Amino acid sequence: MGPLGSIARTALWVASCLVVAAACLPGFYLLLRAGEVDARAWEVFFGGRTLELLGSTLSLAFAVTLAATLIALPLAWLTTLSDLPGRRAFTVLLCLPLAVPSFIHGYALLAAFGDGGLLDGWGAPRPRIYGFWGATFALTFSTFPFSFLAFRAALLRQDGSLLEAARSLGASPFEAFARVTLPQLLQAFRASGLLVAFYVLSDFGAVSLLQYDTFSRAIYLQLEGAFDRSLAALWSLGLMALAVLALGGSWFFGGAEGPTHAGRASRRPRRAHLGGHAVWGFAAVLGTLAAGVGVPVGVIVLWLTRAADRWDFERFWTAAVNSLWISLLAALVTVLCTLPLAWLSARRASSPLVRVLERAAYASYALPPIVVALSLVSFGIRAAPFLYGTFVLLVAAHVVRFAPQALGASRGAFLQLSPRLTEAGNSLGGSGLDVARLVAWPLLRPGLVAGGALVFLTTMKELPATLLLAPIGFSTLATQIWSATAEGYFAEAALPSLLLIALSSASVAFTLHREDSAGVGATG
Amino acid sequence: MDRPKSPLLTAALLVGAVALLALLAWGVSSLRTRSAPESEAAPPAAEVLTVYSGRNEKLIGELIERFERETGIRVQVRYGETAQLAALLLEEGPRSPADVFIAQDAGALGALARSESLAPLPEPILARVPDERFRSPDGVWVGLSGRARVLAYNTQRVKPEELPRKVQALTDPSWKGRLGWAPGNASFQAFVTALRLLQGEEAAVAWLRGVQSNQPRKYKNNTAIIEALARGEIDVGLVNHYYVFAAAKDRPEALPVQNHYFEQGDPGALVNVAGAGILRTSRQPALAERFVQYLLGESAQRYFTERTFEYPVVADIDPHEKVGRTLAEIGAPKLDLSKLEDLQGTVRLLQREGVL
Repeated sequence: MGPLGSIARTALWVASCLVVAAACLPGFYLLLRAGEVDARAWEVFFGGRTLELLGSTLSLAFAVTLAATLIALPLAWLTTLSDLPGRRAFTVLLCLPLAVPSFIHGYALLAAFGDGGLLDGWGAPRPRIYGFWGATFALTFSTFPFSFLAFRAALLRQDGSLLEAARSLGASPFEAFARVTLPQLLQAFRASGLLVAFYVLSDFGAVSLLQYDTFSRAIYLQLEGAFDRSLAALWSLGLMALAVLALGGSWFFGGAEGPTHAGRASRRPRRAHLGGHAVWGFAAVLGTLAAGVGVPVGVIVLWLTRAADRWDFERFWTAAVNSLWISLLAALVTVLCTLPLAWLSARRASSPLVRVLERAAYASYALPPIVVALSLVSFGIRAAPFLYGTFVLLVAAHVVRFAPQALGASRGAFLQLSPRLTEAGNSLGGSGLDVARLVAWPLLRPGLVAGGALVFLTTMKELPATLLLAPIGFSTLATQIWSATAEGYFAEAALPSLLLIALSSASVAFTLHREDSAGVGATG
Repeated sequence: MDRPKSPLLTAALLVGAVALLALLAWGVSSLRTRSAPESEAAPPAAEVLTVYSGRNEKLIGELIERFERETGIRVQVRYGETAQLAALLLEEGPRSPADVFIAQDAGALGALARSESLAPLPEPILARVPDERFRSPDGVWVGLSGRARVLAYNTQRVKPEELPRKVQALTDPSWKGRLGWAPGNASFQAFVTALRLLQGEEAAVAWLRGVQSNQPRKYKNNTAIIEALARGEIDVGLVNHYYVFAAAKDRPEALPVQNHYFEQGDPGALVNVAGAGILRTSRQPALAERFVQYLLGESAQRYFTERTFEYPVVADIDPHEKVGRTLAEIGAPKLDLSKLEDLQGTVRLLQREGVL
């Protein structure tokens, strides 16, 4: 199909398989480590504890995915298909929770609702935030932007003319919605639901602060308490098994869908006029912003009021620059690496092999970052010792972990690019390069940039892999924040935290601005 | 659909792009200079020591800089969590670039000693630490500073008469809902190991069950416990002695939290050490020895007492006056700290009892 030669097609397959193999590397490492486990460890693993952890982990993942979807969908509708004033600003703001490291969300909740926190001081009634409900709340508000971006992209891709055609053929508004819009939304739910669920599986910061036991917490405690990598590996394999089950389940959601007809020529559906109901819209948006952004930022500002011990501007500046460029590098490399698989996934969605590859790329996303880091140390120091200690392994760790984020967005971008358009370009006499530059690139760009921005955001706040794999002495804003908060020097953590959020929001604003200008929404 | 072109926006984007490219170039160039010492192709740079430190940069960074200035030896430090760095060292194996490992607790050093990753230390270094409890019996690691287990309490919510003399008293129902601990924390696990060794397995299980019935709150680490005590979230918490001083420094207002020591000889009065070891595979053993020697020298030991309020391990220095107690007065139970390496057993026990 299309003007690609067979060499190019083989290269695509090889490249995709390589990237997926890299994503599965941690899995091989885990199997190796688990092989070293002794009998007593199996005893502990198969004891009641594992079932307990399974239950608590699954229920948390389920609850957060559901809650994030329920919050994100109306917000996505409000900011795309209604005439709520300030839509564009709200869109940027609603993505900000992704920029805040999850342990800061946890601290924020404690500072606001915990014993001795703000509400306690005012004597106001407050919800019990420890355990399941607190963890759900903290994780929902740190992950809903994934769902928000995906639903937003799906709604923006709506072809107004299709909806009108459906109506004119006699379908009720609900039927038109169900047949035209709903499939797109289900796609978005599948993609973002996996991202959210896996994020919950891998998260440690929030659940440990709010004292809720999950698999990842057990893994960390194993590594920290017992230096027992083999038992930790068993539990990590358990996580991977969960992930594989979820991916298998998503098989039924994901379908072979052809490229949409949406392109620059399509019309968006008419915006709904809110009128007096805009008040509810504002309430929803502002409420979400308060919980997801206001509380963490408020807590960080409070930290500023604590006395600072020593202020090291040079180290801060170096860390900021380091954060910026390693995140840019990771974003660039990840998007490039996932391009082949994204193309295959969009164009050959019906092939079972492609569907397996696409899901295998998510394999490591559910694992705690330290497990991924250790697996790359193990691999790197044996297979490529000259690379060990350089940035290559760190970037590789980011690619392995964040590939799913870029993959989703890139796939959406390729779905935008109908093969008919490239065919038309060729038939009009354009060379392959011209077609790529003038037809493909402008349509792909928003989606690719969006995927890159997502990877940029998550790399900015990444911590465990950076500590273990970065060249010695390489500090980022995230490591500075960790260093300060680990010993209780909260005042010194405040400025790096604020800068982290500011830089991340700038990248989100930039992405969304470019996307809007291009006229098509393409994330997810 | 044409995008309205704004010259200002285009200019801003161009400037931004140039700035980003400059940053990337700067980053790539620093990549080359930074990674040069690590690459195996080039010979190891003279006078560069590689340290993996589980002690926080904010606590020990200044000391390392002082060492660099005084000796001219360049030190590069990888900071991280002690356990994660221990896992890293074990994963790296013989090809590890590390020379010295500084651990927050003896357990990590014990784990590395068991896997024969540490080199025997020279006699002058071991002689600096007279107390046998604060160094490895095989001479492969040495303590740098001591930390005592205490019961920190909120002065507004707990009366001095209520404070228990033995750690056993925490199983009393009067402490229900008022207690906090950090079961994932190495210091706590060291304490439970000490309990098992001193009073036997059954007594330890009974203590754990007794405290569990008082529904203690679980925290990530000692700092979190002090924060919770200050907030009034809990009334008492099992921590190391120096955290309350560190927390007080950071605040403008007085902290309503103080230390309470258990009676002499009680398992709750355990003293543990942060320590260092030299890797067997170190490429700079002479420099490494000089570094460890420095950490046991007068200037460094005094630093530990003043900066972090810990107990010095050498004979000629006293702890900070705010600490209010000397090591002799604490009367820590007689225990071979290297036996605290059986963390595996403790962790399994904690897991079986549902504490972890």
